[in-house]
Amino acid sequence: MKKMKLVVVGNGMAGMRAVEELLKIAPELYDITVFGAEPHPNYNRILLSPVLAGEQTLDEIVLNPLGWYAEHGITLHVGKTVVGVNRRERFVIADDGTRAEYDRLLLATGSTPFMPPLPGRELQGVIAYRDIQDTNAMIDAAARYRHAVVIGGGLLGLEAANGLMRRGMDVQVVHLMPWLMERQLDRVAGGLLQQSLEARGLKFLIGADTQGFVGDAAGRVCAVQFKDGREVPADLVVMAIGIRPNTALAENIGLHCQRGIVVSDTLQTMTDPRIYAVGECAAHRGIAYGLVAPLFEQGKVCATHLAQFGIGRYTGSQTSTKLKVTGIDLFSAGNFAGGDDCEEIVMSDPYGGVYKKLVIQGDKLVGACLYGDTVDGSWYFKLLREGRAIGDIRDKLMFGESNIGDAGHQGNTRAAAMADSDEVCGCNGVSKGTICKAIKDKGLFTLDEVRKHTKASASCGSCTGLVEQLLMFSAGGDYSKPPTKKAMCGCTDASHQDARDAIRAEHLLSIDSVYAHLGWRTPNGCASCRPAINYYLLSTWPKEAKDDPQSRFINERSHANIQKDGSYSVIPRMWGGETTADELRRIANAVDKYKIPTVKVTGGQRIDLLGVKKEDLPAVWQDIGMPSGHAYAKALRTVKTCVGSEWCRFGTQDSTQMGKDLERALWRMYAPHKVKLAVSGCPRNCAEAGIKDVGVIGVDSGWEIHVGGNGGIKTEVAVFLVKVKTPAEVLEYSGAFLQLYREEGWYLERTVHYIARVGLDHVKKRILDDAAGRRALWQQLQFSLDGEPDPWFEFDKAQVDLRQFNPLQAAAAVDA
Amino acid sequence: MSDWIPICALTDIPRLGSRRVQRERGVAVAVFRTADDQVYALLDRCPHKGGPLSQGIVFGRQVACPLHNWSIGLADGHAAAPDEGCTPSFACRVQDGQVHLDAAELATKALDLAAPVAGPCAKAIA
Repeated sequence: MKKMKLVVVGNGMAGMRAVEELLKIAPELYDITVFGAEPHPNYNRILLSPVLAGEQTLDEIVLNPLGWYAEHGITLHVGKTVVGVNRRERFVIADDGTRAEYDRLLLATGSTPFMPPLPGRELQGVIAYRDIQDTNAMIDAAARYRHAVVIGGGLLGLEAANGLMRRGMDVQVVHLMPWLMERQLDRVAGGLLQQSLEARGLKFLIGADTQGFVGDAAGRVCAVQFKDGREVPADLVVMAIGIRPNTALAENIGLHCQRGIVVSDTLQTMTDPRIYAVGECAAHRGIAYGLVAPLFEQGKVCATHLAQFGIGRYTGSQTSTKLKVTGIDLFSAGNFAGGDDCEEIVMSDPYGGVYKKLVIQGDKLVGACLYGDTVDGSWYFKLLREGRAIGDIRDKLMFGESNIGDAGHQGNTRAAAMADSDEVCGCNGVSKGTICKAIKDKGLFTLDEVRKHTKASASCGSCTGLVEQLLMFSAGGDYSKPPTKKAMCGCTDASHQDARDAIRAEHLLSIDSVYAHLGWRTPNGCASCRPAINYYLLSTWPKEAKDDPQSRFINERSHANIQKDGSYSVIPRMWGGETTADELRRIANAVDKYKIPTVKVTGGQRIDLLGVKKEDLPAVWQDIGMPSGHAYAKALRTVKTCVGSEWCRFGTQDSTQMGKDLERALWRMYAPHKVKLAVSGCPRNCAEAGIKDVGVIGVDSGWEIHVGGNGGIKTEVAVFLVKVKTPAEVLEYSGAFLQLYREEGWYLERTVHYIARVGLDHVKKRILDDAAGRRALWQQLQFSLDGEPDPWFEFDKAQVDLRQFNPLQAAAAVDA
Repeated sequence: MSDWIPICALTDIPRLGSRRVQRERGVAVAVFRTADDQVYALLDRCPHKGGPLSQGIVFGRQVACPLHNWSIGLADGHAAAPDEGCTPSFACRVQDGQVHLDAAELATKALDLAAPVAGPCAKAIA
């Protein structure tokens, strides 16, 4: 089949991202020709500021070297500006006469700096700040001249000013508006920013209205004049007051333009469906985006459409802002200015250089403006994009997701302040320097890419905020993906919620039917999605859906915990943490008989036998004769108890009995993630119920139930759910909460994250306000658990494949 | 010239699963069966930290190591990018429903690669 022809006008980040996405999904579909007006391959325009500041070199910011185009068979015309398009005969023509025919045309012409018609703007030394040529002109001027004036105190202007200052120039920033970056910051944050930049040596002329530029005899600028009569010396003037979508070509060829080339949700131009437009030149629903994340999102949608998949729509982006001036932390997103129907939570510490403002409308976060401490920027941005109700976390909102219990990165919350050798990811031992280097060397843009390449934040995830900050610093601006919906894995575009919804709505009972229904791209999923789908089926349709052991992680297939050497650990269940001499004797005998190297008491009041050979597992279970502790499963683990009123002189309730009853009622319960309970007999809380998924605390008049605690990665204190009077109520409320979690939680989502996602109010509504619903949930859980086998003894019923415990013998096979 | 020896019936390996084949010397060999009944054999040792690949989740033409979730190609033993590494693969065929491995390979291949150790004995070695 003859390939179709794709011509791309514009060799910048938006156009090449679309091409990269296209090559990923349909590498053979098109002959691709790219025209770029600049004489360079595609480079990271966002990083011009670090280049100007001398922190990076031009070579370092190239995204697609010339070899990349050749490797993918792309015809590249650099230094050629497309000046015409014949839409009837379908070819483009460049200023040097080069012609290229197309079946599809992609316009990615970007934007041009706005140059107001001021007298003297044609003088030498009056430039914009847009591309490599401008950057080189500035670097060159910095070496030869002294006085620089930057017109415009927005993002670009300040980065330019900072860069010129770093190169030794005396820089004044002229800003007409009452404070800096008024489109991204409120007055207070703008003031803090100005102070901090002044401390570094920048000078500001706020509210000054430029009248024109004065030239010297040689035709070079020598001063800037203002309307109030002031005049300041200037050997270099950088205009940075805004950009305009570059629609000249599009308008010439008759495409509908209004604040950009008007495109549909499939990024096709309104006028000609063969022509697409992405990036800063395109106006989608009236908005022309100037940040990276939306451009990439557009590129992706455009590529799926060019690839004729006919899926994917671009529906607009929320954007956030970050200033790339080393050492200055600044973040803003959404409606940071507030308004009449908005409320604001403000934290201001001018001495410490920290200012945070959160804008809330109704029950939702709609804007954030952070200065000095931006570690929670990405969290706020997520809340903002997801539009989740924040009523239940309002009191903690200001302190951020990261305010408590971060372990493994030395309590650091400011990536900028860390040394290159400081560890960011304590799980995988990844330092700041390693991450920054990978981001630069490999051209990484997203958190997922950093995780894949460096493993940073890929394990427990507690350093995600830090890694995101590093991405902002090293890769520039905005990298975060706008969609509120995250695909489960690379096999599908469906989110966890999509899968759960489809399974319930369509009464799907097998993994294959889920894959077919939701259009999975892989025949049998992957190690990430298959266990999730298997769990969703079982938890949604108990007694109907059939478990698939091959879709479970090894621990849940072998019913023991795999260790680093491939041996296993065995933890028998000890109801409520109580044991007997007889049980201990059997355990001791098994340890001797099977030569188990390590015996350890766990944090969950049980005994762990480590280093059991896989072949020995069934026999060890048999000899010990105690139920499975499910310490290996995404299931109910332990119910930790204190001694309680039976013995303890302070005890007010029989916590041990309560714990045993809970454990007997809930064991064999699979869940989205592991589930731990604890019961304390008095508020001294010796069982540490405050950091359990369900923590029950006895008081003189009854029992308090707390939910969503977590002692792991990030210590999370459980939140109070309800106080009840009787043990039967403890069972009902705890069980109903856990069933709700089982039905609504996403796979590998702990209760704390589940509650954070759906909101505590939702949980309270379902468990406290709706008595009939609560009882129904509790009954559904009991129905699900009724007759569930103990996998250590009921092999058939639990579908334990006993063949796995007997290795095949190559030698024996020879003899036979 | 291959000297094929029968190991087990195809049906002795669960679909999307695997079995371990113990050798007289060296780390065991893992034999995998895909959804469409293709059979592959790799040394039962992840190139990353030596995890037993036979215990991993099989999907498509890959297996996910149970220790740190590296994806290893069943056909060539290569780790999926951006991870780097390779585990030795073994010749393997299915005839008349029987899975065969090559006797010479079993006896000689990758004998130098040791299984990972854990526990008190690991300290003794270190």
